[in-house]
Amino acid sequence: MHNDQEKVVEIRGLVKSFGDNHVLKGVDLDLYKGENLVVLGKSGSGKSVLIKLMVSLLKQDEGTIKIFGIDTAGLNLKELNKFRLRIGFSFQASALYDSMTVRENLEFPLVRNVKNLTKKEIDKRIEELLDAVALPKTINQMPSELSGGQKKRIGIARTLILNPEIMLYDEPTAGLDPVTCIEINNLINEVRERFKTSSIVITHDLTCAKQTGDRMAVLIEGQFNSVGTFEKVFEEATDQQVKSFYDYNFIK
Amino acid sequence: MAESNDVIKPVLTKKLDEFFSGLAKAFRFVKRFFQEVWFPPYEFREILRQCYEIGYRSLPLISLTGFIIGIVFTNQSRPSLAEFGAASWLPALISIAVVRALGPLVTALIASGKVGSSIGAEIGSMNVTEQIDAMEVSAINPFKYLVITRTLAATFMIPVLVMYTDFVALMGSFLSVNANELVSMSTFFVQVFEAISFLDIFSSVIKSLIFGFTIGIVGCYKGYNSSRGTEGVGQAANSAVVMSMFLIFVEELLIMQIVNAIRYA
Repeated sequence: MHNDQEKVVEIRGLVKSFGDNHVLKGVDLDLYKGENLVVLGKSGSGKSVLIKLMVSLLKQDEGTIKIFGIDTAGLNLKELNKFRLRIGFSFQASALYDSMTVRENLEFPLVRNVKNLTKKEIDKRIEELLDAVALPKTINQMPSELSGGQKKRIGIARTLILNPEIMLYDEPTAGLDPVTCIEINNLINEVRERFKTSSIVITHDLTCAKQTGDRMAVLIEGQFNSVGTFEKVFEEATDQQVKSFYDYNFIK
Repeated sequence: MAESNDVIKPVLTKKLDEFFSGLAKAFRFVKRFFQEVWFPPYEFREILRQCYEIGYRSLPLISLTGFIIGIVFTNQSRPSLAEFGAASWLPALISIAVVRALGPLVTALIASGKVGSSIGAEIGSMNVTEQIDAMEVSAINPFKYLVITRTLAATFMIPVLVMYTDFVALMGSFLSVNANELVSMSTFFVQVFEAISFLDIFSSVIKSLIFGFTIGIVGCYKGYNSSRGTEGVGQAANSAVVMSMFLIFVEELLIMQIVNAIRYA
């Protein structure tokens, strides 16, 4: 089905351990251009480790990660930074800089990475992104004045300010009420449409997975147990662990 | 005996291993500072903001402490000097004590409590909430933005605070001398400046620069390497204070020996 599509991420034989805790045991994964791939798994299964390895926040023990055909392990800091600008990372707890206003949070990565921008251009870009996440009125607020859902949205806006081609969402709906979860899921889909991004969504929330994902990949005991559409992975699941994951989420 | 050795040996080996790997890590952190401080971006705005936080925000506490030290030290020294009929030497004695030792040491200790803990806690909490990771993935060098700015600000501001403390302590001392010995301000300050030499002021400034650097780099190191979780933030703040105070005392001792060797050479 994806044979004719361009691969933007290609992961092969990825291994990562923390001491005696073997988190990833030879993971293979592909992400295709324009696709939303959801990585599901229990807490502590290594989902977040996987995307942190992709942006070199952590180093793998074995295996290769090719993004846009570039092997990330061979990059020096300058090359790595240039490459990181093409990837947006939305953190689980939003990671907004709490000593800065919303405007400054968005401005900070922009002015440091895009040179010779006028004040007018910066303001326009910030306003555009705050409109995109439907929070234009928060521009002068501090992160401490925002709700959990608003923080997530601003975090996504900050990530989008550098026009990334790939978005990595780490637990985008964690700790949010069901209504806000749906709003965030819709936002993830809007981001794909509007900014033409390919995305990996890390979650353990099946509603989020169903609403946002084209394909699912279930990470169990350090390896992808099954990969495919939601229907293929869950509704036709034979593996007990995958089935129980589905049953718990939908309280069967 | 052999059994207890079997228990003690691995624990001791582990402790020694932790100590030396910690030392190597700290050395690499300081080395990274000196490697990166010379190259842009220089983050002047953040340095100025930190100077304001470290310098201006410490003024009330420094003023109060300096003033009290001046009065207390004068009042405590008076009876001993008066016993030898040397109460008129009070301005000289206070001047030497404040400029050479008390001013830099007291300011550095207060700053390590106030500034060191706040740097440790701030960077520690940024670490815990993944704000440092967020900078890295946005291709921003967090070491430059957080560590270099704060360390430079502390290095620049502690000497300024020390001079201010010296002045306030001398003013406190003057009030006490003026009230008891009826010495005018001009006479007091003439005696103060006659008692100290260029070497005293120069060594005080150098010492303050080293103390400032210590407070900044230790606070940043502890915060930057804090373990995840809120407990880690508290530990980072606490150990930043303890470690910088310990290092300040060691540095004071070493610098005093060097200055005395120069003075009496």
